[in-house]
Amino acid sequence: MSRTGLLAQFKRTLQTASVTKPFEKVLIANRGEIACRVMKTCRSLGIKTVAVHSDVDDRALHVRMADEAVCVGPAPSSQSYLDMQAIVNAAVSTGAQAVHPGYGFLSENCKFAQLLEENGISFIGPKERAIQAMGDKIESKIIARAAGVNCIPGFDGVVEDEAAAVRIANEVGYPVMIKASAGGGGKGMRVAWNDSEVKEGFKLSSEEAAASFGDDRLLIERFIDNPRHIEIQILADSHGNCIYLNERECSIQRRNQKVVEEAPSSFITPEVRKAMGEQACQLAQAVDYQSAGTVEFLVDSQMNFYFLEMNTRLQVEHPITECITGVDIVDEMLRVAAGYPLSYSQSDIGINGWAVECRVYAEDPVRYLPSIGLLTKYTEPSVQHNDSKLGVRCDSGIVEGSSISIHYDPMISKLVTYGPDRTSAIERMERALDEYVIDGITHNTPLLREILGNERFRSGDISTKFLEEEYPKGYSGGALTALQKGELVPSVAVLHHLKTNRTPSDDSVNYVISCDEEKVPVTVTLQNGKYSVTFEDKTVEVSPTGGTHGTLQEFKLDSTSVVPLQHLRFDGVTHTVRYRCCKRDVTVLTPLQQKYMDTMPVKVKEDTSNLLISPMPGSLSSISVEEGDEVLEGTEVAIVVAMKMNNSLKAPKSGKIKKIWAKVGDIVDGDQKILEFY
Amino acid sequence: MALSRFYIPCHALVKLAPQTRTAVTSVVLERLEQKKKEALLGGGQHRIDAQHKKGKLTARERIEVLLDEGSFVEWDQLVEHDCIDWGMDKTHFAGDGVVTGTGTVNGRQVFLFSQDFTVFGGSLSAAYASKICKIMDHAEMVGAPLLGLNDSGGARIQEGVASLGGYGDIFLRNVLLSGVVPQISLIMGPCAGGAVYSPAITDFTFMVKGTSHMFITGPDVVKQVTNETVTQEELGGSAAHCSTSGCAAGACENDVHLLLQTRRLLDFLPSNNQEKSPVRPCSDPAEREIPALDNIVPNSPISPYDIKHIVEFLVDEGDFFEIMPDYAKNIVVGFARMNGETVGIVGNQPLVAAGCLDINASVKGARFVRFCDSFNIPLIILEDVPGFLPGTQQEHGGIIKHGAKLLYALAEATVPKLTVITRKAYGGAYVVMNSKHIRADVNYAWPSSEIAVMGSKGAVAIICRGDPDLAKREEEYIDTFANPFPTAKKGFVDDVIMPRDTRKRLCADLKWLRNKSQKNPWKKHGNIPL
Repeated sequence: MSRTGLLAQFKRTLQTASVTKPFEKVLIANRGEIACRVMKTCRSLGIKTVAVHSDVDDRALHVRMADEAVCVGPAPSSQSYLDMQAIVNAAVSTGAQAVHPGYGFLSENCKFAQLLEENGISFIGPKERAIQAMGDKIESKIIARAAGVNCIPGFDGVVEDEAAAVRIANEVGYPVMIKASAGGGGKGMRVAWNDSEVKEGFKLSSEEAAASFGDDRLLIERFIDNPRHIEIQILADSHGNCIYLNERECSIQRRNQKVVEEAPSSFITPEVRKAMGEQACQLAQAVDYQSAGTVEFLVDSQMNFYFLEMNTRLQVEHPITECITGVDIVDEMLRVAAGYPLSYSQSDIGINGWAVECRVYAEDPVRYLPSIGLLTKYTEPSVQHNDSKLGVRCDSGIVEGSSISIHYDPMISKLVTYGPDRTSAIERMERALDEYVIDGITHNTPLLREILGNERFRSGDISTKFLEEEYPKGYSGGALTALQKGELVPSVAVLHHLKTNRTPSDDSVNYVISCDEEKVPVTVTLQNGKYSVTFEDKTVEVSPTGGTHGTLQEFKLDSTSVVPLQHLRFDGVTHTVRYRCCKRDVTVLTPLQQKYMDTMPVKVKEDTSNLLISPMPGSLSSISVEEGDEVLEGTEVAIVVAMKMNNSLKAPKSGKIKKIWAKVGDIVDGDQKILEFY
Repeated sequence: MALSRFYIPCHALVKLAPQTRTAVTSVVLERLEQKKKEALLGGGQHRIDAQHKKGKLTARERIEVLLDEGSFVEWDQLVEHDCIDWGMDKTHFAGDGVVTGTGTVNGRQVFLFSQDFTVFGGSLSAAYASKICKIMDHAEMVGAPLLGLNDSGGARIQEGVASLGGYGDIFLRNVLLSGVVPQISLIMGPCAGGAVYSPAITDFTFMVKGTSHMFITGPDVVKQVTNETVTQEELGGSAAHCSTSGCAAGACENDVHLLLQTRRLLDFLPSNNQEKSPVRPCSDPAEREIPALDNIVPNSPISPYDIKHIVEFLVDEGDFFEIMPDYAKNIVVGFARMNGETVGIVGNQPLVAAGCLDINASVKGARFVRFCDSFNIPLIILEDVPGFLPGTQQEHGGIIKHGAKLLYALAEATVPKLTVITRKAYGGAYVVMNSKHIRADVNYAWPSSEIAVMGSKGAVAIICRGDPDLAKREEEYIDTFANPFPTAKKGFVDDVIMPRDTRKRLCADLKWLRNKSQKNPWKKHGNIPL
């Protein structure tokens, strides 16, 4: 820790020692990882915690972590986590003095803050007026301009209807971004390049905005090409202190949803950082901001920065700022809410090392479809490096045996790694992802691992277009490189040998290993208790470190490289392993068995071209056709709502509808048939 | 495969005078070589090609995949039929359409026959049947499993009743071997007519998707008799038998997959009824705690969960060999290991029909339990059962007698029997599912268990009829019974355990139960309600 950091901690220790803890009991009006995150700080301060939950969340980790828990309604968040009165009642009945809203849900809802205040309960966040001013994307720009903050060129105005949307878009000039006036994040945000895309974007965005925020107002503004998304974390108290905790770069995004974040940015200079930080503080002070907040900027290639919006809440990616500054942001929020001054001044804040965060989602990274189900295997990584006890932080709200449901955000965790510099933080992240065991659902770690290994990402040359530029056809799943094959083949060969020879004796056995349509003949030799594998004219000595059970196994190759391999399943023929985050089926047969396997016919899959299949589990919110209707290919015929997103299902072909297999309101499985065509 | 591996009956030659031996020997050897060469080719290369074209391996190739390499010893390779009718005297094939013998699977002896569709369409002659009977007799004598690879058009019609007699000889032996050595049938082509009764009697029948069929009468006869048009696949394909009729225990994608899965299954089983299953060295700790289980049962009694997740958490390395995965899915049965020792798992599946017991589930469960009891395989029952399925269809279908099968099977079983009540244990189904009352050794309840005569609504409607505040009474009922205490108080469960400790407790119990010895009263055999 830097000298300034140490000094800050010392100062803070003195202050916390001299004052009583901010609150006796705090209710956390959220679920999942952020509820657990807030509770951790509360616990460390000796504050009692109250969890709220929906009925399906009654066994969730945040409920078990809390000292008390109150059920606030049924599964849909609109009837539970968004039910302000129920949550206020919970706070009153448990005697909570303050409510931390986390992010999402009611975190930026000024009515909620107001309702709490009326009941004599502190809202752990900014004052109502600041939420209101910054929550409105039009008003926030006006205030920002007045406060001397750089703003994006564009048109500010509420969009009444589709025609207005097209007119405004043309005035602003394409490309334009359409988004919800209320709420942040990527929900309800779409980029349109022409009139028809504006129309479609307007419809979908307004529906989603209504579903997520209960407010369907939208905003259209100029979309800046090739921008970087860099945001400033600020902290302000009721004593007029306002500091910035430097920046986070969140340029790696998909459909405006952040995927990988890092702090600091690899791009901006200390001068730009200072200018951005100071403008962020000016904006905060202009609205008498009191709490933690984030001012988002778009930064162009010339390092011009433009104000985007201010998020008046604890941000998802706050841990990376905590890593590099040593500040516990939740602790400061609690202090500010209790009326205490910040425990840091601007001079205490430095940049110590580098932190990277990956958002791990229950989502198929190839088709970008949410995945639900039980986490049959779940172990978080615990990389211990010699040079530092720090290294890995995994903020999650689930454990092995938890379920990911269709009702809420599909985020599994935020995996954060920290190191003295960018390269070491990224390398630790790669290792941490390799060791992160998640099974039972599909998740996006293969994509995360791919991004981390991408040369352009490594060089720091990134923008918010990174993913679409690097993977124009989408991420296709990791093909096995020659280098990876060289690691996977000997490791699986020995693993198989261990699994199928429980009392091994010195011997030499031939196998054929098949993966990704490729077949590699190998010889596994056990001599004097040491395994070696011969394949493709080379021999590798392999030392397994695990037993025959346990998911995470490590194989040392030639006592140099260590291959982490997750063994998920073995059905007697095929090993399902996760290697470098990608799930692979590896078949190990004897040469004779392989010879016969090669003669087996490849079976053709059932023809589904006549069917409209739900691509994901979710609830069927609308069907716009009836049996006998003629539709054109590509027409929207149904909507499946999953993870708060409207997923438009389009006719797979032109033709007449023979049968409708599902009805509105049904909970449909992924792969369930909805319509059948003639 | 090297010729020298085959059994050469040359002792007869030694008796000849020394001077003639050489000449005779060379002639005999030449003939022998010729015959063996022919035998290896079955019905000839073009028929082998036709077999391959269908995506099927030949009888001999199947044996190569199924057995440890080089372990096969063939018997009766030179057997030929003795039929002279219908021109059969002109056509002979060495081995006569079936390959029989013995070999090892992961070092353990098995006996097998593999029907050769390339020879007379695999049709069964009297000679063919005696070959099969010979290995069956030896399987019984030495106590080794019997594997039947079926790929046959049926009886050899030219032989008439001699062929039928052959079937009878096999069926009889199947019956006599039942419960003595494990018998497994692999259906790898057609298996039609009377022939189906051999697989039907064996312990497990597996099929190959798309290329195997079983039926008493084929589509042509069905059309003639009932005027019903049906394809072979619809009538007797793997889907029909694995999910509708319950005649097959499972199906695989192709021949190689099926043969390799059979090897895997054999690893779980003892060789005969006098032995215990082989113990597999295991590094999965018997003491392993499973925190995930503490929260796996939903709080709401009407929310489902997948019992297979619990099984996979509990058993060694999550390795579970499910039997009949697509039939009567409201009950899950299969083999697994606990601390290296094979166990039979029977679990109600709350995910399907709330895990209730119906006719199919009862029969599926009963047959599996009886297999385990026959072969000294301890049973673990995971119970979450709301009761027997009500309704006319079930009652008229005979749920009384079929449900009784499961009761009978569990009550008569003398292997170690362990029960874990994960949630519901209601009514008669509570008694049936390996309760203390039918000699279970250890019964545990999880804290989430509710054990009662019936659900709260129905119970209150009867015992509090006319009560003005039924809702209140129902609450009281739930308070009294929707927990494990009344049962624990009576000693009907031995302990209420934390789910996370389940593996630890079961492994410890199985250890002390290893030498369990329990005898049923002498009887010729019981009279299970069929």
